[in-house]
Amino acid sequence: MTTLTVEANNLTRIYGGREAVSDVSFTLSKGEVLGFLGPNGAGKSTTMKMLTGNLAPSKGSVKICGVDMIENPKEAKALIGYLPETPPLYREFTVDEFLAIAARLHGVSSKHIKVAVQRAKERCGLTEMSKRLIENLSKGYQQRVGIAQAIIHNPMVVILDEPTVGLDPIQIRDIRALIKELGGEHSVILSTHILPEVEMVCDHVQIIDKGKLVFNGSIDILKQQRHGNKLVIGLNNPPAHDVLLKVAGVESVETLPNGLLRVRYAAGQAPAEALVQAAVKQGWGLHQINPDQTSLEDVFVQLTYQDAAA
Amino acid sequence: MILKVARKELNSVFASPMGWVILALLQFAFGTYFLNGVNEYFEVMSGAIRPAERTGVTMFVGQSVFGLASFVMLFSVPLLSMRLISEERRSNTLTFLFSAPLSLTEIVLGKFIGLVSFLSILVAMIAVMLCTLNAWADVDFGYLFSNVLGLWLLVASFSAMGLYFSSLTAQPVVAAIITFVALFGLLIVDRFLTGDEASVANYLSLMHHFQPFARGLIDTADVAYFLLFIITFLTLTVRRLDADRLRG
Repeated sequence: MTTLTVEANNLTRIYGGREAVSDVSFTLSKGEVLGFLGPNGAGKSTTMKMLTGNLAPSKGSVKICGVDMIENPKEAKALIGYLPETPPLYREFTVDEFLAIAARLHGVSSKHIKVAVQRAKERCGLTEMSKRLIENLSKGYQQRVGIAQAIIHNPMVVILDEPTVGLDPIQIRDIRALIKELGGEHSVILSTHILPEVEMVCDHVQIIDKGKLVFNGSIDILKQQRHGNKLVIGLNNPPAHDVLLKVAGVESVETLPNGLLRVRYAAGQAPAEALVQAAVKQGWGLHQINPDQTSLEDVFVQLTYQDAAA
Repeated sequence: MILKVARKELNSVFASPMGWVILALLQFAFGTYFLNGVNEYFEVMSGAIRPAERTGVTMFVGQSVFGLASFVMLFSVPLLSMRLISEERRSNTLTFLFSAPLSLTEIVLGKFIGLVSFLSILVAMIAVMLCTLNAWADVDFGYLFSNVLGLWLLVASFSAMGLYFSSLTAQPVVAAIITFVALFGLLIVDRFLTGDEASVANYLSLMHHFQPFARGLIDTADVAYFLLFIITFLTLTVRRLDADRLRG
């Protein structure tokens, strides 16, 4: 059963005549993790602010689990946990005190505050920092406190704006695992610059550029674009291109600057085995064969560049 | 929910030594004035004055303590109120409150009540201090009550104005200076236009409305003035924060 947790309809935000975000629509179902990609200033944070009710959209509407953000902001906000770009932390409090305040303000009943704080600390690996002043924590731990305050009331939708900035690799791995875990019961929207991260944790990807959605779809579609139907082979005694083209399925061959050959094949074909056999029989000296992957970066640049050219 | 925000504000004052230091220093100042007042009362009233001209001890000591209190509050309220919103704006914690299920009115009222409760501690301590006179004299509780009420309303008005100016800027110090100048202006505006009792300046002046309380007179017109003053500035603050959300 899929239930829609986030519905954004034609979100538009105009800053002084310029459209920072224009006509962004998407939906998110329960249990999905949505990755939000885009170059700097593309409108990621603005969109997130509108989703969380920090900014009123110039046009369009946001619904969280069917509750309209503009008409019933309190009910809608209760369903959201939000970590902005700069984690909102009261530095004069200890971690425990701050999380208790966050829980209280998000309407956790006073009986459950202790449990909620404990649970959030465990999930974000903060148990040993309970009594420390937030002011004295390192950037990475402050970021974790930011995430902890976003999930403390067990919201339906968790919105994280660049959650892994400033964390060390081990912490990043932990946080990614946490995001995956959150994706099980909640919906998660996260924005990031780190492209492999999207591939690792997200089910859905959106790429936004100059305020417009240029890509919106499942991560698999993006992966397909990435893998393409290409092989890279390395041969010590490469034959003429014509010979290679005779192998079943091969559509075109080009020589790469580093001496390797890139072979394109028709969709649905798998010429790898035939190529290897041919290479062995005819003594081409095969030393390498790989599927050719366009990096996610390339896909990303392609998508955002296309838009600029159009 | 309003009280939860207020509680957060109070916690934040007492999270650092600042809250305690302010309480201690101000109490020290009031205590000194109180002591001086009691001492002087004996000197001044010791037979030199005809009985008809003598004033009660409550009024004599009260005048000096409450006079000092209203003056000290003029400086301390802007310093306390300056960080309420501007500090949150500067350290990006305003988003935390905006994303919580709270209406803007609840946020503003919560912050206002938080600050006023802290200041009420001070006012209550002054009241208790003056009540101790009752141990050896008959305290005029009516006079005391009107003064306490007056001071409390004055302090609440200061807070409301401080809160508004704090919402205008991201620099706490700027907020403090503007608040102080505006309060000072409102306190002394009637001095410039003396003589004409019906002058508009008299209606605007905070001091003009505070003085009846200091004399022991509770006038509903003055109470209404302070309440309107508070409501006006709290409404303006809500509007200002709403503009943030709309204009971004």
